[in-house]
Amino acid sequence: MTGEMTPAERTAVTMEFEEPDRVPLFLLFTIYGAKELGLSIRDYFSRPEYVAEGQMRLQKKFGGDCLNPFCYAAVEVEAWGGEVIFAEDGPPNAGLPPIRSPEEIESLEVPLVEESPGLLFGLRTIELLKKQVGDDVPIMGSVVSPFSLPVMQLGFDAYLDLLYGEPDLFWTLMKKNEEFCVEWANAQVEAGATAVGYADPLASPDMIPPDLYRRTGFVVARRTIPRIEAGVATSLASARALPIIDDLAGTGSVGVGVSAFDDLATVKRQCAGRLTVLGNLNAIEMRRWTPAQAEAEVKRAIAAAGPGGGFVLSDNHGEIPWQVPESVLMAIAAAVRKWGNYPLDWVSG
Amino acid sequence: MRPEIPDHPGPDASSPQFSDLEEALLAVDRMRAGRIIEAACAASSPVSCIETLIVPVLEEIGEMWEQGQVALSQVYMSGRISEEIVATMLPPGSPERITQPKIAIAVLEDHHTLGKRILLAVLRAGGYEVTDYGSGVTVDSLVERVLQDRVEILLISTLMLPAALRAKEAVTRIKEAMPEAQVIVGGAPFRFDADLWKETGADAVGRSASDTLTIVRGMAGAVVS
Repeated sequence: MTGEMTPAERTAVTMEFEEPDRVPLFLLFTIYGAKELGLSIRDYFSRPEYVAEGQMRLQKKFGGDCLNPFCYAAVEVEAWGGEVIFAEDGPPNAGLPPIRSPEEIESLEVPLVEESPGLLFGLRTIELLKKQVGDDVPIMGSVVSPFSLPVMQLGFDAYLDLLYGEPDLFWTLMKKNEEFCVEWANAQVEAGATAVGYADPLASPDMIPPDLYRRTGFVVARRTIPRIEAGVATSLASARALPIIDDLAGTGSVGVGVSAFDDLATVKRQCAGRLTVLGNLNAIEMRRWTPAQAEAEVKRAIAAAGPGGGFVLSDNHGEIPWQVPESVLMAIAAAVRKWGNYPLDWVSG
Repeated sequence: MRPEIPDHPGPDASSPQFSDLEEALLAVDRMRAGRIIEAACAASSPVSCIETLIVPVLEEIGEMWEQGQVALSQVYMSGRISEEIVATMLPPGSPERITQPKIAIAVLEDHHTLGKRILLAVLRAGGYEVTDYGSGVTVDSLVERVLQDRVEILLISTLMLPAALRAKEAVTRIKEAMPEAQVIVGGAPFRFDADLWKETGADAVGRSASDTLTIVRGMAGAVVS
């Protein structure tokens, strides 16, 4: 292929473990679009048209290679009866967990997507974006994994108590969450999502021991991911992935989001030919980078994981914080165009 | 404040009980952990047993988490089990519990409570009385409660970047009114940006529960001496 590729072509080629025209850049904006439109975060999330417009403007401004209609993770727990708390300068957050005691799990009803306003909002946003970009720009759908969702459904500590102490109730909850997750993911695919991000931070060895993951979250992922009718990339939301790369490759995932605490070059070697690597710019530190630091970080990541394709430059969490200055994002966008053009002759070894 | 008690020395870090307890806690084996502590502490006072066995083992587990060798769930469950055992040795309100200086903890602007829960377990397993201000606490409410209770060591737990940045306002207002108050911040944003805590004006950052326990022990010693 000659000339400049579309974002979709660029991403597809790298996911085939070949080198496209340059390293794809996924700037995963969520609340940042509100800033672009001059709206409060609450107002921004009041109409799908605002979110779609925010995504389009940001894609044009920074030249990213994907659109990210994902609004906030708490939208899923809202469907299960939880509350969402809005902030002025941060992502809307989950309030108190809706499941107050494990005994409620047995009688818990799986919410229907078509009856959940927050989820319908997400689907409408995807439809609006799809209408504008067609097949030229990948649209990332998002789900929280059935295994990690209980952190918001029950609270993290109560969920760990369940995981260690109530295996029957744990598996009952997983069954319900799996049904919800598959329905929600496939609704996004039907609305126009090109691929689906599967947020599973609890899978990380930072959170639970790998042997426990293999007996629980891995089993859940292997049952869930193959039922999703699009490519799935697993994100551990800033937590380390390296020690369980082989497991993640066995879930049916085609990509993995990598932590700033992971060694990117080692992850890339481990993933070779099996999983596309997304990462791993430190989104928290990013708010106080200089443009020169941003360029150096981009260069470091491309040198570590760019050769041979199978790499998408992104942040390590899946969200660009409100506090990151535009100058840093501009520097990242410029650096990927300066250092990310294939072949990467400047990378030694 | 803990009273002076004549004591027999407890087990040390090289003792078999140390590695046995560590293994039992990491395996989330409550019964075994209870038996090990009961056997190891038969010849010493509860206070000595806590200081020479339980606290060092929890500190070691916390360090292993910082080095990526164990998972957060194991840190949490180890703290919970130890907290339960210590509660039977030193029931809440026991005169041997450390009630001075006054310590409190809050999750700022968030309802994710795991970090606070782990800290509470580890500090209580260390014999400290800690006031729990709960989760979803605003800056205004935190400042008001700290001043009202004359808290001497405050632990602020955060999950998201905006809350971590907002800790600065809380620290500034608390220190204006009570310059002697010590504040420790902690949570994910401070791990991902090692210098972020300095922006808050806090006295220290707790990078793990065991790290925080060490800091609290140092501060508590300075405050009460």
